[in-house]
Amino acid sequence: MTAVFFDNVSRYFGAVRAVDRVHLTIAEGEFFAMLGPSGSGKTTCLRLMAGFEQPTGGHIEIFGETAEGVPPYRRSVNTVFQDYALFPHLSILDNVAYGLMVKGIGREERRKAAEDALAMVKLPGYGTRRPGQLSGGQRQRVALARALVNKPKVLLLDEPLGALDLKLREQMQEELKILQKSLGITFVFVTHDQGEALSMADRIAVFNEGRIQQLGSPEEVYNRPQTRFVADFVGSSNVLSEDLCRSLGLKASFASLRPEAVAIAPPSEGALSLAGTVASQSFLGATNRIVIDVEGVRIAVASPAARGVPAVGSPVTISFAAHDLHPMEDA
Amino acid sequence: MRSEKSNPAPLGLKLAAGAGLAFMHLPILLIFLYAFTTEEKSYQFPPPGLTTQWFAVAWSRPDVWAALTLSVKVASIATAVALVLGTLCAAAVSQTRFFGRETISLLVILPIALPGIITGIALRSAFSMADIPFSFWTIVLGHATFCIVVVYNNAVARFRRISGSLIEASMDLGADGFQTFRYIILPNIGTALLAGGMLAFALSFDEVIVTTFTAGQQSTLPIWMLEELIRPRQRPVTNVVAMVVVMVTFLPILGAYYLTRDGDQIAGAGK
Amino acid sequence: MTIVAESIILPQRRSTAGRLSDFLWRHPHVLLAIFLGPPLLWLGIVYLGSLFALLLQSFFSIDDFSGLVNYEFTLATYRQLLSGANLDIIIRTVTMAAVVTLVSALVAFPIAYYAARYARGKWKALFYLAVMLPLWSSYLVKIYAWKLILAKEGILTWIFQKLNLLWLIDAWLSLPLVGGNSLSVSYTGTFIVFVYVWMPFMILPIQAALERVPASLIEASSDLGGTPSQTFRHVLFPLALPGIVAGSIFTFSLTLGDYIIPQIVGSSRLFIGQAVYAQQGTAGNIPLAAAFTVVPIVIMGAYLWMARRMGAFDAL
Repeated sequence: MTAVFFDNVSRYFGAVRAVDRVHLTIAEGEFFAMLGPSGSGKTTCLRLMAGFEQPTGGHIEIFGETAEGVPPYRRSVNTVFQDYALFPHLSILDNVAYGLMVKGIGREERRKAAEDALAMVKLPGYGTRRPGQLSGGQRQRVALARALVNKPKVLLLDEPLGALDLKLREQMQEELKILQKSLGITFVFVTHDQGEALSMADRIAVFNEGRIQQLGSPEEVYNRPQTRFVADFVGSSNVLSEDLCRSLGLKASFASLRPEAVAIAPPSEGALSLAGTVASQSFLGATNRIVIDVEGVRIAVASPAARGVPAVGSPVTISFAAHDLHPMEDA
Repeated sequence: MRSEKSNPAPLGLKLAAGAGLAFMHLPILLIFLYAFTTEEKSYQFPPPGLTTQWFAVAWSRPDVWAALTLSVKVASIATAVALVLGTLCAAAVSQTRFFGRETISLLVILPIALPGIITGIALRSAFSMADIPFSFWTIVLGHATFCIVVVYNNAVARFRRISGSLIEASMDLGADGFQTFRYIILPNIGTALLAGGMLAFALSFDEVIVTTFTAGQQSTLPIWMLEELIRPRQRPVTNVVAMVVVMVTFLPILGAYYLTRDGDQIAGAGK
Repeated sequence: MTIVAESIILPQRRSTAGRLSDFLWRHPHVLLAIFLGPPLLWLGIVYLGSLFALLLQSFFSIDDFSGLVNYEFTLATYRQLLSGANLDIIIRTVTMAAVVTLVSALVAFPIAYYAARYARGKWKALFYLAVMLPLWSSYLVKIYAWKLILAKEGILTWIFQKLNLLWLIDAWLSLPLVGGNSLSVSYTGTFIVFVYVWMPFMILPIQAALERVPASLIEASSDLGGTPSQTFRHVLFPLALPGIVAGSIFTFSLTLGDYIIPQIVGSSRLFIGQAVYAQQGTAGNIPLAAAFTVVPIVIMGAYLWMARRMGAFDAL
């Protein structure tokens, strides 16, 4: 079943087109990421799903029911906010039980449900504390428990890991994925971190300037960016100019090429090759990033660190398989 | 050069700040001394002797009690009105976006930014034009007008501290507007409103300029004092009343301070 | 586990509150009207209405024979306002307000600076209270205190007598303009009480402005070779200026309109507030009283406009 359906949805703020004619279908049980820079419209899309914003045009359905005009408090959709938005005057238990409390569920029942939810996010026994006494990571878990205790049909997460440090972030990515699979709830996840989107999501929508640039699986988005923006934003694909494409026999105005698909080596059977000079190099740990100047176009190569590095200024030949070169639209 | 934070303040600055504070406080302390003086015909210093008899005299004065009662009644009702109007205004300004928000802030500040005599005479001439006789309610009307700003300032400051997503989070979790107000907004702005209310009370309790224009023949405690200041008739009683007034106004100020300081800690911890 | 068949859209709460809540959510303008209606009715209609009615009266005049208001548009009252004794009153009041503001800023600045830069923890709270309490304590009691202090038999005379410095007070009182028969009936007395009563309003805005100046900025200035006085002139003072302007809104405006302080401590020469009071009361000349009130309104209007452009409202 379709969990969230956007048909030609727009949201304008005055002259600003925050969301511009977006089509979107999110399946039930899917882990869906909306990826893009700030101001790209991804958060506004999330807020349209939650009901904090109303579309200027178009139509939104959640599980087949029209969502326009339905207040946020009557949608079986819950949100984990970027700043967690824990109620500072309530204990952790009361925070988690809040949704049940306003629905009129009895004290004992909601206490039990809240304690279960806290145990699920690995914070058992934290109920009597106050939000101010918890660390950032713990608050994030409370926010998660507070949303999940309501058994939402769709869980919206607005940059939930943005405020955490790297180690904690990686751990939470893992846990969120496991939680989502075990609960079977549709997760819609907003992030500006492409690594996060690639590692967690079943499908990714890449946003720019209020529009979806590309929608597909992480592999598709990463390996076959359809537009220059996606190629630039997701990872750091090389963008080959029209002239270069033509010299390689490709009939497209632009093409993308992943740095790790390129090798500094003479062409082998069936591979394409280009000649250039080494412009710069830097050590990145597992790999070296070597930038080759080919007729004024800079092409980055991710070369295993074990291999040697040619000196800056020396002429080299780079080669890559024809199927790694992806033609794309000029946008 | 290392950080200068640990450096002590320059002596000149210390002296200037200390002298300034002494200038602010010593005259008030003097009031306390004079309440006990045995001299009743002049403001002689040092007092020829000390006594507590004037407290008993002041206590048994019906005119002082009448004025005090009127002041407390006026201040209570003016505070209640200011609480409602100030909170509504603050909610509108901080929770919604609309054209002319800046103008509202200016409008609320106007009654204290303009000299009190203008507010007073404007209201007085409006009352006389509308044929409204002076009454308890004309005093309240005047007081509430300039008390709104105190409540408003406190409420706006607190609304600003409530992260906007708290209200969205409450609605997201299924609470409608009224539930959100009851369970989230009210507990979070409660102490700010209490503090604002206390300050409004203190402001109204002490107000004299607007009151002279809207009170007619009625006498609030400040009006009673003003008459004593212009034509001193019972200096010892005035001394006692002055001391009591100082102590009575200190209480709400201290209360308001502790309430809002607490709020700061909550906000700081929520970061 | 609950069964998935239930609707994604929850039903409305079956109560008036639930229905009303949905209605207000769908019509946020109605909610805004409910919020703004009562305060606007009060401040916008009652208060501003009275103010405009008052200003309107300044364009009428008083009939010299009958003493009644003549309801015809005329600028005669303003001509009266800007002539002779009335103009003197205006100049006297504005000068006093300006001097009071200036001196208040001078007295307040060290206190604010110390509180902002050096007071920490408990001391800071104590400082705050030490400013708040005098600021909020009774206006009349404060004036009364100075009546006690400035009285001929009062503490000030006593101190100067003990120090054998009485001649100093006498010499000061014999000066033209600032002098008089005694301190409590001189401009000097009026001035001291004005500063005493309104100065506290200056401290907190300056402190707020100074607290926004990062300490590193001052260190940067001295690091770049600025002497303390240069640092003050070029860094600290310009940054504190919005605070001073914000504070001066109070000291200036409150001095402009005050009629009680000069009445109790001061000479018989009038200030604007006293003139308004006298014109509307004993003289019964409401048009002239109204015209007098226009003076502080115009001055404060210009002042607020300027302050707003300087960003002083952020320091309030």
